[in-house]
Amino acid sequence: MELTTIWFIAIAVLFTGYFILEGFDFGVGMLLPVLGREERERRAMINTIGPVWDGNEVWVITAGGAMFAAFPHWYASLFSGFYLLFFLILLGLIVRGVGFEYRGKGDTERWRRGWDLCLIIGSAVPAFLWGAVVANLVRGVPLDPNHDYTGSVWGLLNGYALLGGLTTLLLFATHGAYFLHLRTTGDLSARARRTGLRLGAATAAPALAFLVWTQAAHGNAASLVLIAVAVLALLAGLALDYRGRGGWAFAATALTIAAASAALFCALWPDVLPSTGDPANGLTAQNAAATDKTLGIMTWAAAVFLPLILLYQGWTYWVFRQRVAVERIPVA
Amino acid sequence: MDVLDLARIQFGVTTVYHFLFVPVTIGLSLVVAILQTMWRTTGKSAYLRATKFWGKLFLINIAMGVVTGIVQEFQFGMNWSAYSRFVGDVFGAPLAFEALVAFFLESTFIGVWIFGWDRLRPGLHLACIWLVAFGTMASAYFILAANAFMQNPVGYQLNETAGRAELTDFGAVLGNPVVLAAFPHTVFAAWLTAGTVVVAVSGYHFMHRRDLDVHRPAMRLGVLTTLVGGLGLILSGDSLGKVMTATQPMKMAAAEALYQTTSGAPFSVLTVGSLDGRHGTPIIEIPGLLSFLATGSFSGRVQGINDLDAQYVDRFGPGDYVPYIPLTYWSFRAMIGFGLLAMAMAVVVWWCTRRGRLPEHRLFWPVVMWTAVTPFLANSSGWIFTEMGRQPWVVFSLYQTSEAVSPRVGAATVTASLIGFTLVYLVLAVVALKLFFKFAKAGPPGEELAMSTSSPSDDPDKPMAFAY
Repeated sequence: MELTTIWFIAIAVLFTGYFILEGFDFGVGMLLPVLGREERERRAMINTIGPVWDGNEVWVITAGGAMFAAFPHWYASLFSGFYLLFFLILLGLIVRGVGFEYRGKGDTERWRRGWDLCLIIGSAVPAFLWGAVVANLVRGVPLDPNHDYTGSVWGLLNGYALLGGLTTLLLFATHGAYFLHLRTTGDLSARARRTGLRLGAATAAPALAFLVWTQAAHGNAASLVLIAVAVLALLAGLALDYRGRGGWAFAATALTIAAASAALFCALWPDVLPSTGDPANGLTAQNAAATDKTLGIMTWAAAVFLPLILLYQGWTYWVFRQRVAVERIPVA
Repeated sequence: MDVLDLARIQFGVTTVYHFLFVPVTIGLSLVVAILQTMWRTTGKSAYLRATKFWGKLFLINIAMGVVTGIVQEFQFGMNWSAYSRFVGDVFGAPLAFEALVAFFLESTFIGVWIFGWDRLRPGLHLACIWLVAFGTMASAYFILAANAFMQNPVGYQLNETAGRAELTDFGAVLGNPVVLAAFPHTVFAAWLTAGTVVVAVSGYHFMHRRDLDVHRPAMRLGVLTTLVGGLGLILSGDSLGKVMTATQPMKMAAAEALYQTTSGAPFSVLTVGSLDGRHGTPIIEIPGLLSFLATGSFSGRVQGINDLDAQYVDRFGPGDYVPYIPLTYWSFRAMIGFGLLAMAMAVVVWWCTRRGRLPEHRLFWPVVMWTAVTPFLANSSGWIFTEMGRQPWVVFSLYQTSEAVSPRVGAATVTASLIGFTLVYLVLAVVALKLFFKFAKAGPPGEELAMSTSSPSDDPDKPMAFAY
């Protein structure tokens, strides 16, 4: 296999891993006002992701760094072109990350409500915008011969991208609800299950519309199979959540996200950022790539470290496998 | 202001801000790891309480470092897309390595350490904080290797057709003489910074004569960390100065505002008047010191700004190759001066608290506490000097800053993000400081609480040892 192909897959895997892992973090954040009826419930929710959210976020930092190294032109065009979307994602991630750490360290109601707002907005805004970013990637944008984006920010808020954003927003919320169903106990877990059902049902229509649109406009055989898997997994998740199988429902939305993300990257291949104008201005895995020298070194590094990372990150989930019961939250 | 200026201001603001937290993270992770190791080996509860106390202050700091770090990685693409295209093949790899090798480690194990007090065997839990401390240093190495390429490009060849620098030798990039000198310099600066913070906070409790059994060992460790850091800074700074003279002679000349090539060049501690080479009057001057810093010999020859500028015009074509001298001159002095102040404070504190003494003077501890700002000023000045002294280049001798900016990003967009980041950063600075002071003043947890939340437990009903 060519190195550029390997690295296209590697970037897709890193983003997919990010969406699966931070997807439920975003979901938990967004559901704070919905499921957290009182202070200890909200704290229990936050503590289900407390030990792992930071490690989950590194997936996107690695994806960004790997994109910079493996496809410098892709990195340059994407981040400068989608400037304001990334600016808002960054602001969201900043206030959300600080919120986790600082929320419990104040004593006033006002302090906690303020950080709750940061956690909710800092989860919802990136959850929506990542969908819009990936949708625009697949759809293509106007580029000049230097591969720089020539449109405005409004050009990125087209119908397809907004539908993509709505899909990730709802899908991540559902993923988070199933996660809470799995990771909490008692009444909170039961309510997470019911909310997960409603959210899962609400996700079905936009997700189906977005994925069918993707297949019709940009799809190929591989993306068709993956989209079918994604849709089936989403429906299976609903059925499993209904039967109270929180863990399996969560696995199902993880599969939905994985398959949908893989479908989008399959639809993108062999482009990495297509041009909606002159096709020659578009970026492909070939013309955006670094040299084989760089890609070769990166391949060795990824081959050694990614399995190691999966191993120790997996271990942390094992360490913190015990459900978070509201009663076990220490009094601040 | 044009996009270039705005993008540079944004990089300056976000980088200096990010680097307020980085050295504290590098230094405090080590301090906390040492304290916890002391507890594990001696079993003294005072060490455990110190670990918990400093662990909490460490977390308040690291949260800020983590979230502001993501901005650093993304803004190369956002504001500096031309630069990213030009250097990505060489510069991207150390960033990717940083994430793969170091940042995953750091971020994953900090979570385990925070929440793992009652979930892990004590030895394993201790290993987590050491992995975090190791991760922060590994992070620093890769980031500094990337920065070293900007100061002294090595291990590449220029591909004229592709219009970019391409990697030829990754070992050379990671073994760049600049990173070999800058890495110890940065780590020692982190120790000086964290050590000073430890001394200042412990000093607050010395002043109030509270929990001295907990704060005295921390104070000793803080003084030691500061002094090791300070001495290391002097030695590594000396070698970094010589590497800099060899690779970027203009930066060394700009550090002293030395316009004429001089043998036995003096180092001026202070100068009044302008620094344009005509009207400046040094008021304190140490003969031969600049030559010594630059070459290792008091009579060595140091090239002046005018000669170097002429050489660069010959080599690179017409243009202005002189950085902004007042800034390089004063930031270089601020770096050294503030760093020495922090060191001096540690020496004074060590002397005045030796063998259980407690300084009585009303102003002693307040002065010590205020001195904690000096390493931050030194760190910021050092980076401002390093980066501004390289101008007009973004990659020295290869690529100018003016070519590096994103060609299609408008001034309004950069203005919006500059204002957005600055406002959010300001609010967060106030909040972070407020919290830091609150928990610094509150002191360590009581012995009972510290012990009860520090042992593995399988009791499913017991409250979690730690929760957000």
